[in-house]
Amino acid sequence: MEPVDIGLWGVPLAILGGAIRVSTPFIFVSLGECLTERSGRINLGLEGTLVFGAMSGYAAAYETGSPFAGVLVAAVFGAMFGLLHGWLCSFRGVNDIAVGIAMMLFGMGLAFFFGKPYIQPVAPDLPALSLGWWSDIPQVQAALQVNVLFIAGGLLALFMAWMFRSTRVGLTVRVVGDSTDAARAMGLDPDRVRLLSTGVGGALAGVGGAYLSLYYPGSWTEGVSSGQGLMAIALVIFARWNPVNCFWAALLFGGAGALGPALQSVGVSEGYYLFFAAPYVLTLALLVMTSSPDRAMQGAPSELSLTK
Amino acid sequence: MTRIDKTAAGAIGVEAINMTMRFGDFTALDNVSINIGAGTFHALLGENGAGKSTLVKCIMGFYHATSGQLLVAGREEHMTDPKVAQSLRLGMVYQHFTLVPSLTAAENLVISRADAPAVIDWRSERRRLDAFMATMPFSVPLDQPVSRLAAGEKQKLEILKQLYLGNRFLILDEPTSVLTPAEADEVLTHVRGLTQAGEITVLMITHKFREVTAFADEVSILRRGKYVGGGRVDEMSIDEMSRAMMGEAPQISERTRHETDRQPILTLRGIRAQDRSGLKSIEIDDVTLHSGEILGIAGISGNGQMELMEILTGQRRTFGGSITVNGRPYAATRAEARAHEIRYLPEEPLRNACAPRMSVAENLAFRMFDEGRGGGTAFWKDGRAIARNAVSLIDGFRVKTTSPAARIASLSGGNVQRAVLGRELTGGVRVLIVSNPCFGLDFNAVSTIRDRLIDARNSGTAILLISEDLDEIMELSDRILVMSEGRVTYETPIATANVAEIGQHMAGHG
Repeated sequence: MEPVDIGLWGVPLAILGGAIRVSTPFIFVSLGECLTERSGRINLGLEGTLVFGAMSGYAAAYETGSPFAGVLVAAVFGAMFGLLHGWLCSFRGVNDIAVGIAMMLFGMGLAFFFGKPYIQPVAPDLPALSLGWWSDIPQVQAALQVNVLFIAGGLLALFMAWMFRSTRVGLTVRVVGDSTDAARAMGLDPDRVRLLSTGVGGALAGVGGAYLSLYYPGSWTEGVSSGQGLMAIALVIFARWNPVNCFWAALLFGGAGALGPALQSVGVSEGYYLFFAAPYVLTLALLVMTSSPDRAMQGAPSELSLTK
Repeated sequence: MTRIDKTAAGAIGVEAINMTMRFGDFTALDNVSINIGAGTFHALLGENGAGKSTLVKCIMGFYHATSGQLLVAGREEHMTDPKVAQSLRLGMVYQHFTLVPSLTAAENLVISRADAPAVIDWRSERRRLDAFMATMPFSVPLDQPVSRLAAGEKQKLEILKQLYLGNRFLILDEPTSVLTPAEADEVLTHVRGLTQAGEITVLMITHKFREVTAFADEVSILRRGKYVGGGRVDEMSIDEMSRAMMGEAPQISERTRHETDRQPILTLRGIRAQDRSGLKSIEIDDVTLHSGEILGIAGISGNGQMELMEILTGQRRTFGGSITVNGRPYAATRAEARAHEIRYLPEEPLRNACAPRMSVAENLAFRMFDEGRGGGTAFWKDGRAIARNAVSLIDGFRVKTTSPAARIASLSGGNVQRAVLGRELTGGVRVLIVSNPCFGLDFNAVSTIRDRLIDARNSGTAILLISEDLDEIMELSDRILVMSEGRVTYETPIATANVAEIGQHMAGHG
């Protein structure tokens, strides 16, 4: 098919396509972090989990020939990282932020160590659905190549919102995150709830990593993540610990990330690289705009060491 | 008299026999036996540290009694774990709230149930909750997050929660300390109704004789870990009870008042601010505080008193109006507070006026640690001066602490209160702004603190007393303002003050 010249329409289209493509790891990491933080703990190690998930997912997909096996393996390793973090934090006097930074470096180091042999080989990609069949314009079709994990992420966000509202598990996580004392008085074991929440959070971050290496950018390199694991944590705060907001915020971040390349593609040759910084500027601007000097952060789990 | 183990409607009786609890060398509970018949309203009286909490914690299984037996509904039970107590339908309402602040009342109720379903069908749960609420004597808004409820509503919800869980023996730990007299009467009347109907048995820890005589059937009195008296309330006089509790009749100090020349000091004019929920506004048009007077601010909790305190301490932003002190604008900075000699005793001093993890000595030094000789600021910390200051305040205000180096968070509420009051009343004090200074304290502590306030007033200090305890306001104030819905709605000098009328204004019917 011949490319059609669609002029400046290319910019919003590229942003939309970029948002869908780039946002998926943000969605998974932020949903995982959302769950962990709702239980009253913060896991800064998700960047390391993400990178290790990318490596292990790519390796497993290459060895088995199935990208979904890769996603599964990434989730398992992610859960192990999360459980390790949760287990370390259950000791008295251990700080979750310090453990998180250590886990981040540990995960990245381990991924680079085991990942060396997988830099060259090519693993199968995750499949995408073409939601642009109704259009004749190839750019539209390209933009609407939607990966299955993106759709899974959207559904997961809805599921988590429902879980926090209407299931015992969800309410239990919220109770533990909001008041350790109340949780104990109810006969809940806060450490166990946090351990499991951190484990599941880690598994989701691992899936986010598998997306990076198995779909976009689609190969395993040491620079596969550009700090998505860390930005997703800021994103959770901006989304006020609400899973559905996490999804929209991830889309926004993805779109902002696609701004630079989109401008480049329509021929803006100067200064476009400034727009590569758009997600970071956006993070700062949104956090400043949505904060209030009078009220405490709404929706923040009060056991979180950030808000204590 | 005969006691029943279980009433037809389900209330259960509890009997503790020869309970002893030792912590190391310290005997917190010494061979105490009490018998609480099913369907009775039993009061447990005693000063702070008399062993009341230890006793109920042994009953609830938080502590394992060193020796002694516990009979629940006539059967011996071993309280090895709070869960055992729960399964026997024993429930406790704590002085500190155990509700989860960010969850709504409905969510709190449902999740507290041991058999909370894995997937909650909110429509049918709501129907059942509404049906339950309809059978209850009082109700609370179910859809608000608990953090937005006033203290009185939280207390009601705590009691509702126990009933919702189907508990038939309730321990209430000073349930009315956060309520207004009218609210307290309302709640206790309903609780008493439930005991008379045989639905529940109640053991209430309290300091207030009025509540004992008005609501309880029986009373047990503890002093220093020992059972020192008790029986049917209608066969005992208040005098007997207080003698048993204190060892002798309490010293009601005759407080004398000296009049000093009254000068206006602190003026609030046209203050506008948001309340803590951000939904309502605080509007204070014109309030003036004079030297040598106690200006009492009465009101039901959640009507803007807390916000007023925060405005005065600089914790809450105002959108309009002015605060002036001695004719000059006042923004509650440390320098201004020091220059004008304004001191504060806020509500919950551990949270609002202390650094909980710092030592008692350091906390007591907050007003003086940076004061150099001759009024300047000091650069080096003077450890010896801090230690001297700590020792003199600990002695002078009878703060019970293991050592000045102990964390202030390890002290009991009354001792934190005395420590902060000591710090704030030392040195030159021209204005003192206090909020609920006697919240949750025992008789002796209340009496000491009130004496100190009157002493300060007599020496010309201007005192703004914000209190939810109307008796306290009536006892101490020279002039009374009533706050309702964020506004000052009524003012009267003490000479013409009438509790009924003030109560009506507090309730918003003026």
